Amino acid sequence: MTIARFWRETPQRYNLGGAKCTVCQTVYFPPRSVCPSCAQHRQSIGKLEPFHLSGEGEVVTFSVVHDAAEGFEMQVPYVLAIVRTREGPQLTGQVVDVDPKEVKIGLKVRATFRKLREEGKAGVIHYGYKFAPAEDWDGRPPGRGMPAHVPSELPTRPAEGSARA
Amino acid sequence: MRDVAILGVGMTKFGELWDRSFREIGIEAGFQALVDAKLSSGDLGALYLGNMASGSLIAQEHIAPLILDYSGLGPHHIAAVRVEGGGASGALALHEGWLAVASGAHDFVVVGGAEKLTDVPDVEASRITGGTADHEWEAVFGATLPGLWAMIARRHMHDFGTTREAFAQVAVQMHENGSKNPNAHYRNKITLEAVTGATPVAEPLGMLDCAPFSDGAAAVVLGPMERARKFTDTPIRLAASQVACDAMALHHRREITTVDSTVVAAKRAFAQARRAPADVQLVEVNDAYTIAGLVALEDLGFVEKGKSGPAFLNGEFARGARLSMNTSGGLKSQGQPFGAVGVAQAVEIVRQLRGEAKERQVSGATLGLAHNLGGTGGTSVVHLLERTN
Repeated sequence: MTIARFWRETPQRYNLGGAKCTVCQTVYFPPRSVCPSCAQHRQSIGKLEPFHLSGEGEVVTFSVVHDAAEGFEMQVPYVLAIVRTREGPQLTGQVVDVDPKEVKIGLKVRATFRKLREEGKAGVIHYGYKFAPAEDWDGRPPGRGMPAHVPSELPTRPAEGSARA
Repeated sequence: MRDVAILGVGMTKFGELWDRSFREIGIEAGFQALVDAKLSSGDLGALYLGNMASGSLIAQEHIAPLILDYSGLGPHHIAAVRVEGGGASGALALHEGWLAVASGAHDFVVVGGAEKLTDVPDVEASRITGGTADHEWEAVFGATLPGLWAMIARRHMHDFGTTREAFAQVAVQMHENGSKNPNAHYRNKITLEAVTGATPVAEPLGMLDCAPFSDGAAAVVLGPMERARKFTDTPIRLAASQVACDAMALHHRREITTVDSTVVAAKRAFAQARRAPADVQLVEVNDAYTIAGLVALEDLGFVEKGKSGPAFLNGEFARGARLSMNTSGGLKSQGQPFGAVGVAQAVEIVRQLRGEAKERQVSGATLGLAHNLGGTGGTSVVHLLERTN
């Protein structure tokens, strides 16, 4: 991957910068320029604002990967997971600082800034988010007890693991 | 729109075809189909070629005119179009061919699918095929295609109590079916213990839960149903051809364990053909991973969501049972040359419906369904094929 291709996503990969539709209040990660939840997509164009995720969430599903993706060979076996953040959006990332045997669906995690992979000995080193267990957050779903910057009128969502975010 | 028939079919052997080039296998499949259809090349209006990644795999883009040229059709100057939809490229090309004939834009077209995966090392093939998921937001974070399907498997086990044995049994059954298919990549039978005890790839999936990387090509000739009798006694009607798409990334889907693009494509296909899942006797599903085969059976409407595991273990999808699944051996055993898969599925169903499937023949089938999928379900294509006499 070229430097520019990775670098241009830095705000998202380093700081979990997403977007919120100011028409229907749905939060997205990564940011989008058109809101798929708005009945008339056109009305959302230009109405999405930057919005940072808290990085807190829980494991929706996971796998312990033995046959690594390119650049991840040194990390096997590693835990790959889909995490549902408390603001709604789901992300794919590794779960670290935990025995893979301890990972289960529902595990509370928090995003942490880590080295993702390096391109050989002289290539670019990629940084970004991974997730680590965080039993100190209460895991309350969006809409209740949210941090101040999260609106309380988030739309009602389907059951866990079924969010379109 | 007018009715479209499949007039001829052809395919190469699938496998590690180190002694054969991309253009060689593409041409072989195409010619088999043309000869089978008893059509002369001068009658053709267009060629649609399903292919996922020739540029990355063999450093050759612009492959549709290349195959046309080496098929000797260059002087006819017909339109040759490459169609790409990840692992669904083949069926997507078939859909384009159907549109062309159904609309009347062309009378006769060839639809091919071809992929040459073994000219690059396995690691590279994994990276390239992994590009059918979302590179920026899945692969960059360590996701692989088997890793993503493993997460579907994990959630399916969690939500529905699906057992490891249930999806392992899919591999056993596919190798059993493939053992009767001379074109199959793998013709050996395997045991349940071999599958559950195989080297882990992405837990809970092991080596034998994953379809191989294969080389191979397949082709069909399409024409208008009303003229089909001139060419064949058993034209197979394309009763439905439907495509549906969804979010690229698995984490952006409505549900982890349901491939909505498959659900929607199947609903549209059954509506188009005015048929129901219970009318189908043969299905070729996209079992790139064993769990994908089970999920497809649910999403296509053949078994209730969450109940595919027990139903499969119960033998409901064995060859000759209420629904024969992947008589070809599926992607698991017949092989997985990405762009060729969707076309090869149609070839298998045509051979079954015509009664030409020899050792693996299912008797009395009149309606078959082909399900081809890209990535983890960004694209799904469903075709219904029907014998009308």
